[in-house]
Parts: sequence; structure tokens; C-alpha cells
Amino acid sequence: MANGSIPVVVALLAATFRLATPLIFAALGGVISERSGVVNIGLEGIMIVGAFFAVYGSSLTGNPWVGLLFAVISGALVAAIHAVLSIHLKADQTVSGVAINLFAGALTSFLIFKLFGRQGQTDGVAALPYPAEAMAKVPVIGPFLAELNWFVFMAIILVFVVHYVLYYTPLGLRIRAVGEHPKAADTLGINVYKIRYLCVIMSGVFAGLGGATLSIGVMNLFREGMVSGRGFIALAAMIFGNWKPFGAAAASFLFAFAQAFEILAQKFGWALPTEAYLAFPYILTMLALAGFVGKTTPPAADGVPYNKGER
Amino acid sequence: MANKNTTSSKLRAALNTLIFPLISIVIAMFIAVFFVMWAEGENFFTATITLFQAIWEGSFGTSFSIIETLVFVTPLLFTGLANAVAFKTGLFNIGVEGQFIMGIFAAAAVGLIPGIPAVIHVPLVLISGMLIGALWAAIPGFLKAKVGTNEVINTIMMNFIAMFFVNYMIMGPLNEPGKATTPIIQNSAKLWRFLGEANRVNAGLFIGLLLVVLVYILLWKTTIGYELRAVGLNPHAAEYGGISIKKNIVLAMAISGAIAGLGGAVHVAGIQYQAIQLFGFTGFGFDGIAVALLGKSHPVGVLLSAILFGALNSSSLNLQLANIPKDIVYLIQAIIIIFVAADYIYKWIGEKRKKEAMING
Repeated sequence: MANGSIPVVVALLAATFRLATPLIFAALGGVISERSGVVNIGLEGIMIVGAFFAVYGSSLTGNPWVGLLFAVISGALVAAIHAVLSIHLKADQTVSGVAINLFAGALTSFLIFKLFGRQGQTDGVAALPYPAEAMAKVPVIGPFLAELNWFVFMAIILVFVVHYVLYYTPLGLRIRAVGEHPKAADTLGINVYKIRYLCVIMSGVFAGLGGATLSIGVMNLFREGMVSGRGFIALAAMIFGNWKPFGAAAASFLFAFAQAFEILAQKFGWALPTEAYLAFPYILTMLALAGFVGKTTPPAADGVPYNKGER
Repeated sequence: MANKNTTSSKLRAALNTLIFPLISIVIAMFIAVFFVMWAEGENFFTATITLFQAIWEGSFGTSFSIIETLVFVTPLLFTGLANAVAFKTGLFNIGVEGQFIMGIFAAAAVGLIPGIPAVIHVPLVLISGMLIGALWAAIPGFLKAKVGTNEVINTIMMNFIAMFFVNYMIMGPLNEPGKATTPIIQNSAKLWRFLGEANRVNAGLFIGLLLVVLVYILLWKTTIGYELRAVGLNPHAAEYGGISIKKNIVLAMAISGAIAGLGGAVHVAGIQYQAIQLFGFTGFGFDGIAVALLGKSHPVGVLLSAILFGALNSSSLNLQLANIPKDIVYLIQAIIIIFVAADYIYKWIGEKRKKEAMING
């Protein structure tokens, strides 16, 4: 991906940012959903749907920004299914998430067949344009900026926005209250269901953006299996980041760095097998959860359906 | 008289548990018909006929398709039962997929050992799968019991670790040169294909069916099963009654993992004869979740829903031949789970009726 003329360090750094971006989006989605008390294992599926509809929107109109809009809306819709199931219908949130993941995979393969008349992958479409050459002219960091795409900037801005909303606004206080102690929040007149719907749907919006990053940010098509577990790595990043926006983003960067480093290490022929790098995020997250690396505390009411009027 | 009453109330209870999964299946099929209508541009009746004809012919239409359906049912019996045992203990073992993969690895490795007679080799292969699956599942079980970490997250993580580990072994130490697989296992490690070598159905099916009975006996006729179910129903009450929650969590995970690992070993010893590099999950573990949920975590329910899901999976090829997108069958499965997950609707309707009855007196 990196052209030969730029220094290795810059290429490594840029690759880390590019690889971290879809993880950051989805991990932020996880943070916002779980802070309100709804576990969202369906992030993977929502990313798949977002990635597909970004391509479909772009192919339909020729405008990749419309594709972006499609990704956001489709992500929100799939998340809304999860929201209805887990909030009003009090479904087991893990079951609902598993169902969403299976549904997303099947739906998108079906739609590739129906809407593109092909199997396995869609046609190439207009990807989100990025002025790489203009960026390269920026002094000092130009070569680095030239290697990125717009999604990277959006993701980083979103980290700050989510952090600000969660910790410095009344809405954020309500979200956290609902995730920690929904009954107390309800007593104070906060509509628990409304907050949770909002958060789950927002998590779909974010994860949809994460999917779009892969399909119209990095590439220009949708391929079956292109998300390949990134939704789950994002889930790991959210946990490793202790359910906090900055933490989740930092974990996403760490996991992405491991991936970027692997590509580099392969180039130099260093001995560690590829699979070791691939397994790194998961092993690290398990260690973190077990208390060997740092400390993680999930929101108190995470995954517990709220029953209005139950004593 | 009293006897008759209990049988009729038992029958009613059985009907009540059956009605919900059945409604879910019907709704899912109904939605699938709409997808076919859209894909094929047909009206409702032709679409219904096209779809069900393709599914039926692909799964039970010919003797070959029946045999292939049984091949697809076999792994789902194992993964479905593995999930059911965990569910009954109040645990969610998403890691059945990873434990299945570890079973594949163990069988593919142990199956390579030369010079062992089949009477010893086959059990050795199966036991190695069980042990590695049990171990792989006991780790998240132990972490939950000891540190209190969520088994859902840990088993998801361990699915990926299992996949990468096994891929490393397939492409590294156990690699068949020039291929993305391990070498073919010894003949002495292969399960009996009772309808001839050309038909993939094998003795693994009977192991799966036997396991349906064994899991039923374990859960309902033994003290161990009683304790597992007690922890699943109400851990605090169970502990008050002198049942160790921690011990049973680890035990349930280990049993669940052993069943899943056995499934993986059977898949190698009966079908694949080798481990093949994975570019994604096999899907058997996740289908197993669906099978257990639809079967209400009862062994008989698991058997029935494994047949349904196995039939759907095996009909996907025929759907493609009939020019219907094969993903329809996977859509049906996903929608079934969505509706199974939403079973609160039914409780809600029931409660509303009760309330109305109370008010209207």
C-alpha cells in the first residue's frame, strides 16, 4: 500500500491509523451501547451491513457520500432490530447479537446476488475521494497525511465527541446512570428505554461507519468476509479500553499497530508466525479481563434488561 | 383419573414449549418466501412452491440428498448439545465453535500416528478431541469461577485464538507440503462409512445420536445433572442448598467443550480425514447455538432442530441449482433465531391476558 519513497516509520504509522479507524468506529459504538446497559455483540454484523450499503449507495448514485449516508442508515436500522429485541422484548442480548451477525452475513450475500447479479463480491464503485496529493504538500507531516483517508479524521474527531458527550453533558450523565443503575435513573424521571434506544441506534450508526471505512474508504467494493472479525476485535478494544472512549481508541491503535507491524515484520522476514500477530488482540484482552493487564470494570447494569415497574 | 390429568397437563406443557419454536419457524419461512418473490420476481404461490420444492428435494428428495442431509446433521448434533448443556447451567458458551476447531486439530494430529490398530486408534482420536475441547472450554469456565469474567467475551476471544492456532499448525508443523491442509489421517483412524466409501455419512452420526440419549440421562437422571440445572435455574438457591456454583460452572463448560471437541474429531475422522486451513469459522458452533435455542436446550429438541438446520444447510446446493440464492436458507436460520430470541412477546401476551382476566373478573 505504501509507496517505496516514504520512510518505513511513516508507512508504519500511517498503516496503524488506517487499520485502527474501523476498529475505533465500532468500538465507540460498543462503548455508547454498553454504557447505557445493552451488550452489543452484533457490531460485526452491523459493520458488514454498513460496508455493503456504503457500496450500494455509491453504486446507485455514483456519489460515495451518499454511500456513507446509506451505511449510517442501514447500520442504524439493524441496530434498531437489536434495540427492540433487547430493550422491549427483553431478549437475551447475546442471542440477539448472534442472530444479527448471522442475519447480516446471509442478507448481504443475498443482496450481492440480487442487486449486483454476482456472487461473493460487488462491482467496483466510486470510493470516497481523498486529496492525497494536496495533503502531501503539508509541511513536515505531509507524507503521513497523504497515506490516510477521510475516515481516519472522522474517527478521531468522533472519539473526542463521544468523550465530551459522555462526561460533560446532561445526556451523557443520563446514559451512564441508565447503564449503572437504571432503577435510580427511572426514579429521577429519566426514560430508561428512550436512552437505551438512542444509544443502541447510535452504536449502529458508528459501526455502520466502521463498515463503510472498509468498503469505500480503503477499497472500492464489498466482498463477503471482508469485515473478518473486526467487529469482535472492536469489542475486545472496547473491553481493553475499559468501556471508555479514549481507552477504546487507544486499544484500537494498539491492536492496529500489532497488525501493521506484522506486515512490516513479514517484509523483513522476521520469524514470528502471522497467526501470532492475529491472535494478539484476543490474548491481550483475555489477560486484561482476568486482571493480569490493567483493570476492567463493565457498567453495572450491562446486559441486564430493564423491567419498568418491577420491584 | 389423577393419572390421566397429569398426562394431559404434561401434554399441554409439551405443546406450550413446542408452539413457540414452531411459530418462529413458520414466520421465518414466510419471510423467506418474500425474499424469493423479490429475487425471482414471482408471485406468492409460485415463490412458495419454488422455495419449498427446492428445499425438500435438496434435503430429502433423493436417497443421495438424504445421506448428505445426515452428513450436515451430524456436527450440529454435537454443537447443539454442547450449547444446550451450557445453557442449562445458565452459561453462554459461544466458544463451541473454537472447541470444535480444537477438536478438528487434535483428531487431525492424533490420526496421523502410524501403526495403531483401529480399535484403539479411533477411540484415541475421539478422546483426544474431547480432552482438548474440554480443556479449551474449561479455561473460560475457570476464569468465570475464579475471577468472575464474562464467559461470553472470553469464549469469543478463544474462538479466534483457536482458529489462528490451528491455522498455524496446519500451515506450519503439521503441513502437507504444497497444500493448505494437514496430511490425510491413517486408515486406522477413520470412522466407518456404513453406506460405502462414496457416501460421506459415517458412524459419527450414531455417536451423535447416542450422545442425545447420554446428555438426557446426564441432565435429568444423575446428581451431576441435577446440580448443573440447579445452578442454571437459580445459582443462589443452589449454593444455599450446598451446591458449589464455581465447581459446576467449570464442570458445565468442560462437558460442553468435550462434546464440541468430540464433534470436531468426528468431523475429521468421518468426513474430512484432515484439517484444512480456515479462512473463517466453520459455522458449526454458531449454528449449534441456534439449534440449542430452537430446541429449548432439551436433547430431543436439539435432535429435531439439528435435523431442520442440517436439512436447510444441505439443501443450499440444490437451491443454487434451481437458481435461487442459497443464502435464503441462512436467512431462514437467522430469522428463526431472531424470533426465538423474542419469545418475550408470548410471555407478554400471556401476562396481558392474565391481567385482563383479573380486571374483568
